[in-house]
Amino acid sequence: MATLDAARKRRIHDLMVKTRLTEETAISMNKKGEGHFWIGGAGEEAFGTCLGLQVNKGQGPDHDFLHLHYRGGPTAIAMGVEPIDHLRQMRATASDPFSGGRQFVEHYAIPEWNIVPVSPTIETQYTMAPGTALVQKRHGGHGITIVTGGDAGAAEGDFHVCLTWASRPGNELPLLIIVTHNRWGISTASSSQWSTTSLNDLATPFGIKNSRVNGNDVEASWDAIAQAMDYVRTERRPYCLQADVSRLYGHSSASGANRIEGEPDCIALFEDQLTAEGIVSRADCDAVWDRWRAQIRSAYDQIHREPYPDGTDIWKHIFAEPVRT
Amino acid sequence: MATMAQGIRLALHYAEENLGLTDVFGEDVGPPLGGVFTATQGLKCAWNSPLDERGIIGTAIGIAMAGGRPVAEIQFCDYIFNTIDLLKLAGNMRWSSYGSWGLPLVVKTPVGSGIHGSIYHSHSFESVASHIPGWKIVCPSNAIDAYGLMLSAIADPDPVLFLEPKALLRAKTPDLIPGEPADEKELNRRINKPVIGDTTGWQPDWPDVQPAFVPIGQAAIRRAGTNATVVSYARTLPLAVKAADQLASEGLSFDVIDLRTLYPIDMPTLRKSLHKTRRLLVINEDTEVTNYGEHLIRRLTEEFFYDLEVPPRLLAGKDVPGIGMAWPLEAASVPQAQDVTEAMRDIATQPGRAAAGEWPLIPETFFRNR
Ligand SMILES: Cc1ncc(C[n+]2csc(CCOP(=O)(O)OP(=O)(O)O)c2C)c(N)n1
Ligand SMILES: [Mg+2]
Repeated sequence: MATLDAARKRRIHDLMVKTRLTEETAISMNKKGEGHFWIGGAGEEAFGTCLGLQVNKGQGPDHDFLHLHYRGGPTAIAMGVEPIDHLRQMRATASDPFSGGRQFVEHYAIPEWNIVPVSPTIETQYTMAPGTALVQKRHGGHGITIVTGGDAGAAEGDFHVCLTWASRPGNELPLLIIVTHNRWGISTASSSQWSTTSLNDLATPFGIKNSRVNGNDVEASWDAIAQAMDYVRTERRPYCLQADVSRLYGHSSASGANRIEGEPDCIALFEDQLTAEGIVSRADCDAVWDRWRAQIRSAYDQIHREPYPDGTDIWKHIFAEPVRT
Repeated sequence: MATMAQGIRLALHYAEENLGLTDVFGEDVGPPLGGVFTATQGLKCAWNSPLDERGIIGTAIGIAMAGGRPVAEIQFCDYIFNTIDLLKLAGNMRWSSYGSWGLPLVVKTPVGSGIHGSIYHSHSFESVASHIPGWKIVCPSNAIDAYGLMLSAIADPDPVLFLEPKALLRAKTPDLIPGEPADEKELNRRINKPVIGDTTGWQPDWPDVQPAFVPIGQAAIRRAGTNATVVSYARTLPLAVKAADQLASEGLSFDVIDLRTLYPIDMPTLRKSLHKTRRLLVINEDTEVTNYGEHLIRRLTEEFFYDLEVPPRLLAGKDVPGIGMAWPLEAASVPQAQDVTEAMRDIATQPGRAAAGEWPLIPETFFRNR
């Protein structure tokens, strides 16, 4: 199918490296005690970057709404989130633009790009996504809602909620329902919970079109996302896509955040492909890593001069107007 | 002479025409029924949702995120409990995003006993709700307040929980909503969907109601007096008003405060009253352990400890797992008229510290200005 030209592939590679190094910097910060908790999308760069680059970015129902979970880094960074802001949230500085030092890392909230606040509660985003999609369905145009979450969490009733509300006869919603399947929920093996390995099949009884893609394969991911998005944008109906991905550093810092042997690394795979295709050389790849390493290093140095929020800050933004009681 | 259900309906009608209300939805909320208490009949933007409370709250959040202004209904608050984490998320959305994502949404839900609802149509929710920061909580006790508080709730930029005392939803309020026909029969003819006959294609003939916002955060003084302050809301509020009128014949008078908004609390009104009466009784019907009224009592006791003549009291529901079907069970579980009258008489007539010659050693102003 090969819809990606060489320039686009180089761009994707660049963003994947940028994301990986941002994540690895966050992990190392956590190990040094410079951030209390790490969680993120290291290992999901192939699929996530392809998703982020195909989002219709902007504010309001004409643009795509994103209900991401805590592994949405590759998507958000592809959309334009800068490593420095990611690391600000990692360190919980007052300058964290997403939550002012209140949330875990990778919990974005960007109204200008319709990225709704990420919550640590697994799957709750699947109950909210039909709401933004409903507004978009009425509004018309090509804006869609995209919701992502993990394989284990799809056991929550909220996933069922999403399938029901997305497919009401006569009220089908422009909703792209994504499951990133890494075969684990913390320590629970997917194989011990699910009798199927294709969770997209869950959408079939709801009449929701669905498919599954190797999320470690950039070109396959790009094409699967493009096809699913095109269907949702034009048909104004839901689609369910499962991406099989790697969990490269385990669940989170709570499980050590160490590199997991045997998990395919989508960046290494993509670099093999790009060099075989003659699009880049090994030296080109190294240059990309070196450039981002330097930039992210200086972002990291910068945030060390930035203060934490003041304790009195807790009273801000509870309501639109301060309430006295 | 509108009922509270009609007051809510008129507010929703006014709001869909004038306040940008986009969706009124929940189980059986749209046609043909228009809500199990008829509060949503005849509205243009009312629709029936799947029978799924988590989906209702989640979708309301999503609609608000995308620029809509929804009023979502949970058919009875007894069924709201499986949505509490979503209510928490709605309540913390603005705060956790450092102000960047506000949620203008309203959740309305009938609460309390009084309709022989047995275990699963009689729950109260205010005590649990008050543990969910980021929400404003209102609870009207008459049609005028229901109308005005619903308008304010819809216009509010933050989540508002609108608790409907179900025992009062069909009670008529003598005062008129601005624009409401003076003739009760005319109102019913115009906005109530006929109960019998073929109602296909039925449309209400809405009266030209005018806005009459009741500000969120303002209590109302229903009776003024000197012997004690009685704070209540919902089903027990009219009982307190009636008791105050009765006890006048015994020479007792009360400040009866209809709280109307449970959060944010109208502390100035409570302070002013307590400063005058120095006796406090809070009445509601939620179970008594960790009851919302306990919070009011704690706040006011901390401020007025040295001023209070007698210990403050809470008259609340018994701490039992449910309200039984048989009437004696319900009557024994939640305050009834006689319980209210007795509690009010007791608090007003109990010998106070002044009578016992016990005066505080530390000047009261020291504590009040703390
Ligand atoms: C409602 C809820 N239950 C439990 C948790 C704790 N928890 C956090 S992540 C997680 C595993 C989720 O697994 P999966 O959905 O497969 O996503 P993954 O982390 O593998 O990407 C659990 C149980 C939570 N955050 N929220
Ligand atoms: Mg998983």
